Amino acid sequence: MNTTDLGYAVQFSFIVGAALFVIGLHLMNSPATARTGNRLSAAGMIIAVTAEIAFVSQGQIGLGNWAIIVGGLALGGGAGLRLARTLQMTAMPQLVSLFNAVGGGAAGLLALNDFLALNGQRILPGDVPGLDGWRTFFILADILVGSVTFTGSLIATAKLMGILKGQPIVIPGGRIVSWFTVVCGLSVSIVLILAGAGVVTYETHVLYALLGVALVCALVFGVTMVLPIGGADMPVVISLLNAFTGTAVSMAGFVVNNVMLIVAGALVGASGAILTRLMANAMNRSIPNILVGGFGGREGTQAEMTSEGGTVREVSVDDAAIQLAYASKVVIVPGYGLAVAQAQHGVRELADLLEARGIEVSYAIHPVAGRMPGHMNVLLAEANVPYPQLREMDDINPEFDRTDVALVIGANDVTNPAARTDRSSPIYGMPILDVDRAKSIIVVKRSMGRGYAGIDNPLYVNPKTGMFFADAKDGVQQLIAAVKEV
Amino acid sequence: MNVSVLIESLTVFVLAILLGFEVISKVPATLHTPLMSGTNSIHGIVLVGAIGLAATADGPLAAGLAFVAMAFAGANVVGGYVVTDRMLQMFKRRPTAPAAPAAPAAPAGQSKASR
Repeated sequence: MNTTDLGYAVQFSFIVGAALFVIGLHLMNSPATARTGNRLSAAGMIIAVTAEIAFVSQGQIGLGNWAIIVGGLALGGGAGLRLARTLQMTAMPQLVSLFNAVGGGAAGLLALNDFLALNGQRILPGDVPGLDGWRTFFILADILVGSVTFTGSLIATAKLMGILKGQPIVIPGGRIVSWFTVVCGLSVSIVLILAGAGVVTYETHVLYALLGVALVCALVFGVTMVLPIGGADMPVVISLLNAFTGTAVSMAGFVVNNVMLIVAGALVGASGAILTRLMANAMNRSIPNILVGGFGGREGTQAEMTSEGGTVREVSVDDAAIQLAYASKVVIVPGYGLAVAQAQHGVRELADLLEARGIEVSYAIHPVAGRMPGHMNVLLAEANVPYPQLREMDDINPEFDRTDVALVIGANDVTNPAARTDRSSPIYGMPILDVDRAKSIIVVKRSMGRGYAGIDNPLYVNPKTGMFFADAKDGVQQLIAAVKEV
Repeated sequence: MNVSVLIESLTVFVLAILLGFEVISKVPATLHTPLMSGTNSIHGIVLVGAIGLAATADGPLAAGLAFVAMAFAGANVVGGYVVTDRMLQMFKRRPTAPAAPAAPAAPAGQSKASR
């Protein structure tokens, strides 16, 4: 087979690979077929990578280059495999965020290399000069988006791992730095694109310096964009960074002229965009509001410390257990507190006990409960909760009226009735789980501390609500023991 | 950059985005985490670009960039698929429920909760 034939074969493999990606994603539309879908997608990846290796091995390729390929792959692949195998399921958001970072970083590096290679010899010879502006455009789009994704995702990872505080970190003047880096990065990029198009001419070292400025601006922007974001906004941020990574990979496809990268990147970009929109809707915030530095938007509303009107009623573990044991319908409302305490297995055990008594148990999942889209679903699936019991907000909300006990574990803002009624509340308008419509409510909570939004939850002073102060895991264990006694 | 290449690439790009919207909007909320993790592995395709870069790298700078890109993309691909698979194997209908009247083997069916 000569090189051209091989080239065609490789192109053909890319089509097969891209098709397998699409089919694989399509099969994700049901939990029953999702695993097959992921494996098909992996098969597509293996085909594409094998084809590319076969292709490059036909060229003049030195031992050193092979060392880079094999060494880099072994190092990265080994690290990735180790992380993926050993990490706790509760650590999933940070792992996803970390993979966003490396994916975006790798895409950015491709463009960076391309820029350096191109400017070593000025513009590609033989092409239409005006269009090299396009090429530079894609290079810069890739470098900028890739860099923002890289540092932004690393900060998100650090926040999720607890290395950085989960609360919004507000650096004085951070907003100004953000805007400065946006304006500066974009204007420098425009100058570079004009240079690529041949409109203006600079010495090579000036071009490199300008590129360096754009790169630093993008890296800094990634940091200042994510730092002020609170933990509860993470589902939006991770989705957004996911969309960014996809875009960066697509742009890299334009740069290295590879259709497979363009398709795969576009699919990921679309997925990230959809999830971002869903998460933003679930928090009643518009995407522009989020994009234009709206993340720190709630800092002015760190409300006054009132628990006005009503008193908090504490419930003993035995009372709570009796309520649960004699209910006919129980809805469990999990939140991030459950993930932190790793209480998912206990919750499942409690649900099993209740079901054994003939009680109907389901789980109400708010779209933004936890730190990433679908976080609670994965945790409960890990504890072997059958997925038909996991109910979405719109599906379960009408059922609270005939629910005997709503058991809220580690969730706060997503159950706050103020979102429905109190116009002055920062979360006013956010769709919530209507737990206050249940006949009685038991809230397992460590203390009277407020949720991420820093606002009071009138649910806790509702006469129907009993507060059970305990760590989620410990509290659930106590409930299990008490229900067994009933 | 050649005009016809640009137009071809843009065509593919736009159609792939529309296809992505179409396919992904059908994924149920239950599977959003595996979806994100799965698309995460898909963007590991940047590995293909990294291999191309590594194969042509000359000089220490390009070699360094290529090595880091290879390691990043390699971690992305391998880790992404493995962790997604691990996640998805946990999604079960009803593992060992003697109380469940429905046959646990029935795979797809049209289940209301899997929306």
